[in-house]
Amino acid sequence: MTEHTEPSRRQLLSMIGKVGGAAAMYQAMTALGHAAETQFTGPPVLSGAKKGASVIVLGAGLAGMAAAYELQKAGYSVKILEFQDRPGGRNYSLRGGDTFTESDGTVQKVQFAPGNYINPGPWRIPHHHKALLHYCRQFGVALEPFIQLNHNGFIHSSEAFGGKPMRYKEVATDFKGHTSELLAKAISAKALDDKLTAEDQEKLMEALRGWGVLDKNMAYSSNLKVSAQRGYDQAPGGGRNGAPTPSQIAKLQDVLDPQVWTAMSFYFSYVMQTTMFQPVGGMDMIGKAFAKNIGKIVTYNAKATKVAQSDKGVIVSYKDVATGQMHDVSADWCVCTIPLSIISQVDMQVSPALKAAMKAVPYGGHVKIGMEFKRRFWEEDDNIYGGHSFTDQTITQLSYPNDKMFGRGPAVLLGAFARDLAGFQLASMTPQQRIETALKQGEVFHPEQYRKEFLSGVSVPWSRVPWILGCTSAWSEENRKAHYKNLVTLDNRVVLAGEHASYYGGWMEGSILSGIDAITQIHERAQAA
Amino acid sequence: MRPAILRLAALTALAAAPALADSPGGRPVKMALPDGEQVYNQICAACHLDKAQGSPDGTVPALAHNAKLASADYPITVVMKGQGGMPWFSEMLTPAQVASVVGYVRTHFDNQYADPVSEADVKRIAAKTSEE
Repeated sequence: MTEHTEPSRRQLLSMIGKVGGAAAMYQAMTALGHAAETQFTGPPVLSGAKKGASVIVLGAGLAGMAAAYELQKAGYSVKILEFQDRPGGRNYSLRGGDTFTESDGTVQKVQFAPGNYINPGPWRIPHHHKALLHYCRQFGVALEPFIQLNHNGFIHSSEAFGGKPMRYKEVATDFKGHTSELLAKAISAKALDDKLTAEDQEKLMEALRGWGVLDKNMAYSSNLKVSAQRGYDQAPGGGRNGAPTPSQIAKLQDVLDPQVWTAMSFYFSYVMQTTMFQPVGGMDMIGKAFAKNIGKIVTYNAKATKVAQSDKGVIVSYKDVATGQMHDVSADWCVCTIPLSIISQVDMQVSPALKAAMKAVPYGGHVKIGMEFKRRFWEEDDNIYGGHSFTDQTITQLSYPNDKMFGRGPAVLLGAFARDLAGFQLASMTPQQRIETALKQGEVFHPEQYRKEFLSGVSVPWSRVPWILGCTSAWSEENRKAHYKNLVTLDNRVVLAGEHASYYGGWMEGSILSGIDAITQIHERAQAA
Repeated sequence: MRPAILRLAALTALAAAPALADSPGGRPVKMALPDGEQVYNQICAACHLDKAQGSPDGTVPALAHNAKLASADYPITVVMKGQGGMPWFSEMLTPAQVASVVGYVRTHFDNQYADPVSEADVKRIAAKTSEE
């Protein structure tokens, strides 16, 4: 037996970590083929903070609270000003008894049964969002699986399959079957002779036969082998009538409908891949956990109106929205996490370059509608447990609850999740019109039950949410090039943070990573002074 | 008037950008927006609200009684390029729809700018902004 004289990978990484710090270790890990999934290598190590150094954070969303938590750990004195009367920002949940007021003054009252909720903002967490998962782990936020890909969810197109919703497993199997057959035909017709050697053609033919479930003639046809993927007319059973019967495959013309490949492609997306998670009991469990762990440093109902700065420090003016009284608070540094969609309401004393960047980021207008039904008919009648159904109608998507499966009593599903024009169209409606639209369009999937079992619903059009007037930042590539660096760089004593200050727009991970980078810049500058 | 069927499949601006954000997976394909009034009521009203009054805090500007609409070029440019938190609609609306909605807003909501807005105006501005 030979002795190991070379260090193991772990020993090597540990050595590099000790000598070069976390960044060097991260680079080394990446070079060794690990850890490329995230830029998070652990909470920041901010050592040697000056005694009494202070930071004022604007916004008690995840970016602001993560920044505050780590700054406090490092020894900074931190205060947060928050416009709303609760922590979390977009990380929140609506439950029975909550009210929601839109920018035009329309009020909706949520009537869900106790324990039921919708997450109007973030609602699912990729397994590689390690910064967020780190804090969930640390704060003991219970997570459960978010069922993302459900092969039994529906795909609906008004222009294919006669307008009938199909199961994902049916259309996905048919898509790869038909395209495999076509590719096999191209090879047989020698159309790929100049691209592939004879040996590779043979390998590819074998792959197509297996992957596409082609028959002995290299055709995609209706048979029991295909049904073993797309489902049966009569499923396998036991005893005398146990023999299954095959289902009929869909026509090529139907499976070429864009709804089919966009759904398949959706699940390939880096941020949409399984496994995903959600907090047990509502997304706001994360915001609440942060709030608990940063302590009583948040002033709620505080609307920042001005951020002034000099070489000595910052002064933030804010209005107590309950009393109307103005206050000033001073600190050495400021982390501003106010969304760019509403930041024009704050008189920010920052460089022209940062000012220009603050005006360069448009926001999306996503809409979600939560709908409560008397029972879980999608489970009981349609065998759908979590996951999504997609449609080319305005509601765009239906998502089924991922928790309390097999439960009795009312349950809430997501009756619409729309963006772009579809989002604006739903947002432009009254709450009653939105619900009626959601019922009418959702009926396509569940015609027997949808109206019969419906109890109540609440719609959240982000473009009308008064404290943000938008959903998430949507950088254009040109603006990213021109302004991103200016937006995220410490401007004397003020630094911006939030999902808009990240390459992970619209994800909590982006907020947290940006918050960490913001305070790292402050700390570095403070140490250099 | 022939209803303009809008194909979102080819025209979804924010989807065309690297769609990393947490977004829906479905894909609305068509939407009937036959005239400027429909475009306003179904799209613009999401933020500018039903009477074009804008958000109460003024962050979303009122389009009602708005002197900045005197020259059509300005609203066309804003719709095509976006401004501040407002997204660009050059890939979500057709030039004809942009012309019709700008024309509608300039002649409604206490705005009286009667000079017509044409598809050619929108295309002229689109060509100009793409040069920048």
